Amino acid sequence: MIKLTNVSKEYPKRGFALREVSLHLKKGQFAFLTGHSGSGKTTTMRLVHMAERPTTGEVRVTGYSSDTVTERNVWRVRRRIGYVFQDFRLLPGRTALENMAFVLEVTGTARKAIVPAAQRLLAQVGLGAKAGALVNELSGGEQQRVAIARALANDPYILLADEPTGNLDDRATRGVLDLFWDINAKGMAVLMATHDLELIKRYPHARVFELDQGRLVYDSAPE
Amino acid sequence: MHAIREAAAGFKRSPVLTGLSSAMVGLALYVVGLFGLATYNLQLALTSVEERVEVAVYLRDDARQSEIDLALTELAEIPEVRSVSFVSKRDALDRARADLPEFGELFADLEVNPLPQSLEIELRPGERNPDVVERVSEAAAAYPFVEDVRYGREWVDKLFALRRIGAATAGVLGSAFAMVAALIIGTALRIAVFARRDEIYVMRLVGAKASFIRRPFLLEGAMAGLLGGLLAWGLTYATYRGVYSFLFEVAWLPSGWIGLGVLVGVVFGAFSSALAIRRHLGEV
Repeated sequence: MIKLTNVSKEYPKRGFALREVSLHLKKGQFAFLTGHSGSGKTTTMRLVHMAERPTTGEVRVTGYSSDTVTERNVWRVRRRIGYVFQDFRLLPGRTALENMAFVLEVTGTARKAIVPAAQRLLAQVGLGAKAGALVNELSGGEQQRVAIARALANDPYILLADEPTGNLDDRATRGVLDLFWDINAKGMAVLMATHDLELIKRYPHARVFELDQGRLVYDSAPE
Repeated sequence: MHAIREAAAGFKRSPVLTGLSSAMVGLALYVVGLFGLATYNLQLALTSVEERVEVAVYLRDDARQSEIDLALTELAEIPEVRSVSFVSKRDALDRARADLPEFGELFADLEVNPLPQSLEIELRPGERNPDVVERVSEAAAAYPFVEDVRYGREWVDKLFALRRIGAATAGVLGSAFAMVAALIIGTALRIAVFARRDEIYVMRLVGAKASFIRRPFLLEGAMAGLLGGLLAWGLTYATYRGVYSFLFEVAWLPSGWIGLGVLVGVVFGAFSSALAIRRHLGEV
């Protein structure tokens, strides 16, 4: 599903963000990607999303290789990935339903099917009753749920979550994680970046990758 | 369809920003329009002066008609020459009487007509420059029965120096105005695209094709350019009417120039949006 082979990423000014990282996340697996700030978590997520290309090595995502995917057809990879961020990145000034409808429309959902699909996705994350609320009037946990619903809009194979609970209180964090496990139970691979070790300890069944200064220093279930 | 809907929605969602972009495009093109109006009228004035450039060939009184007819034919065959006409001594006197009525008594008392017969050579438009005038004059002066050739050498030289200065000034100033307009339009549309960078980000995030993202913005840029172009047209026309009514007579721009101005607005609007969006497309 996601396979990094000897991946290094060097930035002209910052130097190496990742060095010789190899990891393999299979279909239906749930994994945490942890490490201190600056350890390379976000770079790894961006490489998987193909927003960045490795300096050396190869990133394979659902059969697509970073060596062959061009900027022109990178959208094909992204339709297979849902992405959730710490800061939600919703469209302010629009309702939860409008945020969903926007994504469904731009990814080619038939016009008549957009509103029912948006409502179904919001209901799936427990926000069916708040579809008409402006996203900036929702709580942090609710906004993150809208973002998760948006990430599910394409019915992706993989869910990437970059510090998705960083701005949430404990209760909302638990709600988001429960949602991720539900999604994972349906067969979707989940890769969640977090620096919160206490949170990771609560889910001992999850696989854990740990990065330190750009190197993979721990894999809880190496092949 | 999505592109049209989104472009219209963009207009509706941020009418102030869209209005400001169109106004900035309009004002930038208005400056270019004013410059065009001034340049066009200057060109018309110079052309009307230029039309008066002709070569007068004064003939000796003893020139034979057959020789004059031959010269008429030969001079008319020079490619740059539009027409050659013969002015007899009598025609010259009639003209003098008509042109100078204050000397009416003097002309009436004349026993002998002192004015020479002549050939008047008119040149084709675009050929009335010092080189051609001099070449045609030399060809006319070569006939043995020609007394003198006049074309106001200094006057023609000055006229063409003025035209050269005018063309150079128009080129430099026009380019400067066009560049300033381009920068203003580019900045205005960049701001408009920047205001919607969140949408672009989300679209890239969820896997919308770049062409799909670009289209509504191109359309919006073109629409802002069209509105700006029409606004510039209106403002330039209002200025023209004001100058015409209250200051002096000026000519309105040819419709081709106006069409070109509006088209430039549309194309540049779309182009600026394309440039602005390229930057944001690369962010995800």
